[in-house]
Amino acid sequence: MNNPPHFKGFRPIGLPEENNPVVINFEEYEAIRLSDFEFNGHVEAAQIMGVSRPTYTRIYESARRKVAQAFVLGKAIVFEGGKVYFDSEWYSCNKCGCWFNHPEKGEEIKNCTLCGSNDIEQYHQGPQSGSTDDVCICPTCGFEKVHLATTPCKNEICPNCNCPMIRKDTPHNKGVKNSNCN
Amino acid sequence: MKVAITSVGNSPDAKLDSHFGRCSYFVIYDTETAATEYIPNINKENIEGCGPASVQFVASKGVKKIISGEFGAKVKAISDSLQIQLIILKDQEKTVSEIIQLLNH
Repeated sequence: MNNPPHFKGFRPIGLPEENNPVVINFEEYEAIRLSDFEFNGHVEAAQIMGVSRPTYTRIYESARRKVAQAFVLGKAIVFEGGKVYFDSEWYSCNKCGCWFNHPEKGEEIKNCTLCGSNDIEQYHQGPQSGSTDDVCICPTCGFEKVHLATTPCKNEICPNCNCPMIRKDTPHNKGVKNSNCN
Repeated sequence: MKVAITSVGNSPDAKLDSHFGRCSYFVIYDTETAATEYIPNINKENIEGCGPASVQFVASKGVKKIISGEFGAKVKAISDSLQIQLIILKDQEKTVSEIIQLLNH
């Protein structure tokens, strides 16, 4: 995820402090941010978070239920943990040859943090939107293609024989033969 | 602001240590008071988890930037969540005093 919240949570006004706040995971926060603040569709948001579309919808659903619970019952909300890793941008300096990252978002980087030179470049990783280690394979000719999260393998069509593809090396797909695809 | 530099020895002429988790010494440099502190790395001989242990250690000293030759994947994740900036310096011939000079640009 890209943007962790820079505060720890919310408290209702005018109620004595309660001890059982609603715990919202960072991935749920990120889901609300992507969908309701940046207005992404579920498919795009799932790609940004690197999960499948159904998983994204599940996270988002859970997030909305927790927010509603906190609103209706007047509970506090705290942000905590979850299965996330934070990502920060990397820059390189052409003067002193160092690389540095930038954990605090929002502030623009103009000078090298080490030598102060303004001859810096942002490091860009290649486009890897939603790709995983999984591979889709054509059951007929064996054509392989990197699996895209959010796209079921059977929606991928083999360019050689127009077959719906299947996930490679998955036990339940072994021996699947699709005879009516040519 | 405090900056941690990994070093192979405990003098200003010592070179940068290229491994963050298994470096010999941490040099904690305070940019406001220009004070340096040399601390031996107690996690150096650990079988695993040197990196995360070292991040926790320097974070407890109030460090906001770490300068080293290389960082592991675990270190990256922890330092991002602790908002510590990582600086990778490929030039391993640089000494601690040269790096401090660069910091005082």
